[in-house]
Amino acid sequence: MTVYIIRRVLQLIPVLLGVSILVFSLMHLTPGNPAQLMAGESAPPDTIEQIEESLGLNDPLPVQYWDYISGVVQGDLGTSMRYNTPVADEVWPKFKVTLELSIYSTILSIFMGLLAGIISAVRQYSISDITIMIIALFGLSMPNFWLGLMLIQWFAVNLGWFPPTGWEGPSSIVLPVISLGTAGAAIIARMTRSSMLDVISQDYIRTARAKGVKKRVIIYKHALKNALIPVVTVAGLQFGALLAGAVLTESVFAINGMGRLLVDSIIQRDFPVVQACILIIAVVFVVVNLIVDISYKFLNKRIDLND
Amino acid sequence: MSQETILEVNDLRTSFFVEGNEVKAVDGVTFDVPKGKTLGIVGESGSGKSISALSILQLIDSPGKIVGGEINFKGDNLLKYNDNQMRKIRGNQISMIFQEPMTSLNPVYTVGQQLREALKIHRGLGKEAGTEKAVELLELVGIPSPRSRVTQYPFELSGGMRQRVMIAMALACDPELLVADEPTTALDVTIQAQILELLKELQDEFDMSIIMITHDLGVVAETCDYVAVMYCGKVVEYADVNTLFKNPRHPYTVGLLNSLPRSDVDQEELEPIHGTVPAPHEMPVGCRFAPRCPFATDLCHEKLPDLEDIGDEEQVRCWIYTDEWDGDPEVKVYEPEARTTKDQ
Ligand SMILES: Nc1ncnc2c1ncn2[C@@H]1O[C@H](COP(=O)(O)OP(=O)(O)OP(=O)(O)O)[C@@H](O)[C@H]1O
Ligand code: SF4
Ligand SMILES: [Mg+2]
Repeated sequence: MTVYIIRRVLQLIPVLLGVSILVFSLMHLTPGNPAQLMAGESAPPDTIEQIEESLGLNDPLPVQYWDYISGVVQGDLGTSMRYNTPVADEVWPKFKVTLELSIYSTILSIFMGLLAGIISAVRQYSISDITIMIIALFGLSMPNFWLGLMLIQWFAVNLGWFPPTGWEGPSSIVLPVISLGTAGAAIIARMTRSSMLDVISQDYIRTARAKGVKKRVIIYKHALKNALIPVVTVAGLQFGALLAGAVLTESVFAINGMGRLLVDSIIQRDFPVVQACILIIAVVFVVVNLIVDISYKFLNKRIDLND
Repeated sequence: MSQETILEVNDLRTSFFVEGNEVKAVDGVTFDVPKGKTLGIVGESGSGKSISALSILQLIDSPGKIVGGEINFKGDNLLKYNDNQMRKIRGNQISMIFQEPMTSLNPVYTVGQQLREALKIHRGLGKEAGTEKAVELLELVGIPSPRSRVTQYPFELSGGMRQRVMIAMALACDPELLVADEPTTALDVTIQAQILELLKELQDEFDMSIIMITHDLGVVAETCDYVAVMYCGKVVEYADVNTLFKNPRHPYTVGLLNSLPRSDVDQEELEPIHGTVPAPHEMPVGCRFAPRCPFATDLCHEKLPDLEDIGDEEQVRCWIYTDEWDGDPEVKVYEPEARTTKDQ
């Protein structure tokens, strides 16, 4: 197992290099002169030259890449064009907010999704099953920014239970997390249900019953561990998608997260910040995938060690 | 019955309710399992063998339901037991092994974890004592280097080894009755023989009674003391194994015997039973076998015969052996000269 984890981590290196090259080329693949793009169309030529100079845009590409990547490794993500401050200072606090939002939402998705999915599967075709599946369908089809607006309307404006916006203190996180986690919970509930139903009809479940194992133990020990295998993938993907896709929800709740930073920076053509955001999202995505793979291995020892 | 019986199944009925129809998978099954002996249940696919076996342990899932009968285990009707009482029987006094060793073990738990489970439930053994007993059981069923197997996962074992693990699991709490549903069908011939041999040895060692479900008369000849032949959810003949092979009474049993390959008869001369098993929704009203039976008369097509005693330990469900028989009174269902005994 340890060997497996170490190997998987080493395998990340080429992936991350690839990602960094892609992110790096972002600036150079964009049509037009990046310095011109950043400075704006009406910028005087000497400003452009200055930008080119400060970004090292006149160096050969490999040199530029080397400068970039060695900076990144040391935590230097460049300088924001907009604020003229280190990108890292700009990105980290917002990344922290978005990361928190994504983690809480994913935890909510997994917890609610598993619970609902198990109840549905165990009581297939019962009233609770049907109700859960209808709610899940709503949860899936409702755009999360709209759900966010509804939540603000009811629970913040009408009832005044939670603040309508912001990301400070425990009560402010409730509504955004619900609005962001609901779709994931719905997906995980449906996934868990079908996965559990599939597992419950397997021969080894009958074997467990023939041994005199209690129904509850059969569900939570024999069935769930098998049923979790596909659910873990969905949860991992979910987390990655949240991280990248929280933009709308962040806007609805006026949360100063990375989604908003990214959108603003794109509009403002603040390339170093855009690069940094994308790089961070990509790295988190890759790491989450690694965690998913390792939990697979943990759940199902049959997965080939050489994969 | 001249000897002590451990299990008496009386008029057991198990049905599946699909789309408003009742499929009578087990339709009034009656048989006895003598203590310390092996009862074989034979019949074609779909005759209700597995459903009968699962009914004994009440492992029938919806849409299936046991709708009638009695299952008397050591004098107590198991059908009167509640779920808790039944759980104390399962894997303890009565255990079961299944046809598919490849899928019958949980892929995400080790052999040891799965073996310890029944020991913990029924004997209260903790992890250490459970592991010791697990190693002992694996040794008992002939698994080499049992101590290292305990920590292995099912996928690390071959089919034959997995079936041995299943047997070890079934034997964990010294059951009085073992229900084996086609335990060797999925295995190749040499492994099959080893597993049957193992079961026989274990039976002698533990004075265990066995229900051996199979569609293979060869397995019956090798392992069983008594045989119940099933057709369309009913027992059509019950006899001790020698009587059944030497003097089969029911035309269906004769058909099964005649379709056994033999060394002294060419394959082409084998006489398989004509026709196919009727589908559940077109079950004949009279004798279920009538559409395929060479001796069928009007009576057979109109009325269902009962399972009647025709000897001390012999029962048959066929009009030929009753006073009401309306066909040829001299009819010979089985011609011993056409087929000699099973020993040849
Ligand atoms: N889940 C189910 N739903 C509906 N009918 C069923 C179901 N399971 C079994 N049956 C019915 O029960 C009948 C008997 O099935 P059973 O599994 O006992 O046959 P079997 O004698 O064990 O056959 P095989 O040799 O193929 O294992 C089947 O023909 C089928 O009509
Ligand atoms: S009752 Fe009639 S049809 Fe049925 S097996 Fe006997 S002879 Fe054949
Ligand atoms: Mg079967």
